[in-house]
Amino acid sequence: MKKNLAIKVDNISKIYRIGTREQANENFIGAMFEFVRSPLENFRKYRSLYDFSDVEESDGNKDDLSVIWALRDVSFEIPQGEVVGVIGTNGAGKSTLLKILSRITPPTRGEVGIRGRVSSLLEVGTGFHQELTGRDNVYLNGTILGMRKREVDRKFDEIVEFSGVDKFLDTPVKRYSSGMRVRLAFAVAAHLEPEILIIDEVLAVGDATFQQKCMNKMHDVGQQGRTVLFVSHNMAAVTRLCPRAMLLDQGGLVEDGPSDKVVEHYLKTGLGTTSVRSWPDLTDAPGDDVVRLRRVSVATEDGESPESIDIRHSVGLRMEYRVLKAGKVLFPYFIVTNDQGVVVFSTIDQDPEWQGRQRTPGDYVSTAWIPENLLSEGILYVNPVMRAPERRIRHFNEKDAVAFNIVDPAEGDSARGHWTGRLSGVVRPMLRWETEFTPV
Amino acid sequence: MSNGYDSNAFSIIRPPKGWELLDFKELLAYRDLFYFLVWRDIKVLYAQTVLGFAWAILNPLVQIVIFSIIFGKVARLDTGGIPYVLFSTVAIIPWTYMSESMSASSQSLVTGQNLLGKIYFPRLIFPLTPVLAKLVDFCISLLLLIGVMIYYKITPTLNLVYLPLFVLLMMAVPAGVGLWMSSLAIRFRDVKFAMPFVLRMLIYTAPILYSADKIPDQYRVLYSINPIVGVIEGYRSCLLGTEMQWEYILPGVVAGTLLLISGALYFRRMERVFVDVI
Repeated sequence: MKKNLAIKVDNISKIYRIGTREQANENFIGAMFEFVRSPLENFRKYRSLYDFSDVEESDGNKDDLSVIWALRDVSFEIPQGEVVGVIGTNGAGKSTLLKILSRITPPTRGEVGIRGRVSSLLEVGTGFHQELTGRDNVYLNGTILGMRKREVDRKFDEIVEFSGVDKFLDTPVKRYSSGMRVRLAFAVAAHLEPEILIIDEVLAVGDATFQQKCMNKMHDVGQQGRTVLFVSHNMAAVTRLCPRAMLLDQGGLVEDGPSDKVVEHYLKTGLGTTSVRSWPDLTDAPGDDVVRLRRVSVATEDGESPESIDIRHSVGLRMEYRVLKAGKVLFPYFIVTNDQGVVVFSTIDQDPEWQGRQRTPGDYVSTAWIPENLLSEGILYVNPVMRAPERRIRHFNEKDAVAFNIVDPAEGDSARGHWTGRLSGVVRPMLRWETEFTPV
Repeated sequence: MSNGYDSNAFSIIRPPKGWELLDFKELLAYRDLFYFLVWRDIKVLYAQTVLGFAWAILNPLVQIVIFSIIFGKVARLDTGGIPYVLFSTVAIIPWTYMSESMSASSQSLVTGQNLLGKIYFPRLIFPLTPVLAKLVDFCISLLLLIGVMIYYKITPTLNLVYLPLFVLLMMAVPAGVGLWMSSLAIRFRDVKFAMPFVLRMLIYTAPILYSADKIPDQYRVLYSINPIVGVIEGYRSCLLGTEMQWEYILPGVVAGTLLLISGALYFRRMERVFVDVI
């Protein structure tokens, strides 16, 4: 393996056997009887759980239904110091890849070369024990994550300061609030100094302030020259923190390159969120017994829902919902964020027809129209929420339910005018400019 | 500044094949974690209890009292002239350690499945942690043993020099059983139900409650293959100063060693599927 590479993955595959496990005996007595009856048969069955030499090479055509290829012929190289994002739908193989790289489970085929120490953060607070004090848990969690005792000793004060729980250090962790626990756990994890850091979606815990803290720390780690592998569903985080990204789909590596391109591919090909999302089955639609979200979409005035919308056109954010219970006042609400994770705006229902009125049960379609020439170019994520007069209540809150891409063809009549360079900004309103001229 | 590891260490991850030997270097590298996991088990055990470590004495004490009354006074089992209380104490103390650590060790992978699936460290640490952690209970219960020995005015003899061998054997048996059982427990949850009653039966297979002299000559070797027999006879001979009964002890030492080695190899072989099968 070349000296400058941190990770070299060479054609790895991971196969799980499905179905056979149900047939194989779950209890000892049954297995014992079967063992007596047909020892060879049972040995073969059990062995097949981990021995896949009988599974033929797949070119995608021959699909053996008794196995699942969680990963299929994945290869890539990561030079030292790169920060790489790994994205894909659920079940694409991201977690499996991380588990293999973390040595939690071995690959069925292929090889991985690793240079340097690997620390994996697949969960925050692994090994935390409720009965032990905060101090004890720092040591326990630290050594579990791969630090040596003297390393924890050295960093102890820093860790405690970062977490902010110094007053409670000698109280059992079961007395901590969940926020304190997460902060302590993250503080330990944040002080790992491995050459290679693997993170699986741990940013999804904690409140917004905490998540921001995590993001910042991740950013710092990337700057320090460590190699980082970051799995996430948060496209904004991936584009912000990782210059490079890999897209996995159904076990295969579909794309590997600059993160904004890969994220765009993910959104465009319908692998990720698109401009329309619907829940045909009322029972698993987001919501509660008062109201359920059926469909969210982004539309233009002619009723289309393209992924890319011209900046000069008005954009409608639409939610279709069914009100089940009578007598409630509801506030449809949208939050729009950009790919940096910044909230561009939030908007609450202004329609005078139903404002403050108790809703009659039935199907509703509420649309919020964003004026043309207001938004910036780029990918925007839509978060539909259903609120109530009681501020804390959210009947549903679907983060990043749909996304759309604002493009400016630069034909002269948008806020760009004739400018082809970069125009930064969370919004890009078309403003009225005045010029006074006095010849000399 | 050194963190205690090599930052340029190069390793290859491959599909495991066949039988793998133990990686002692790796175990050494993870000794800090091993230490903390053992320490955690110890600290947590009696957390928020009133009696705390006194339980380590109460548990065997109650057994000794009951057995002394039933088998000593009521049934009047022959113990070759040794007072029954002394006879049983010397055996119950190591037996309690063995049965507790066997039980904990066989469930170690199931109880620790959260750690198993999220973090890598040598899996051998799982079944071995209770074997070490329970030693603390054992040491505390030794106080009871010493107390009883003082009461019966037993003076130490040269036989004590063999004691370390039996302490090791006493640890090797639960380690071996734990290695086998924990690998099986991952696949067959029955182990959790089987262990308590197996342990209840096992107490009768060793000369804990009765004297081994009662075993007929022709079955002596067979009887002694059970390594627990070797441990108990060894403890008796060492502590009470009676003649060392090597014919009961040696088959057990061999069997215990084989149990440990085979357990370790089987565990290593099955390691690769633990996470996938659990």
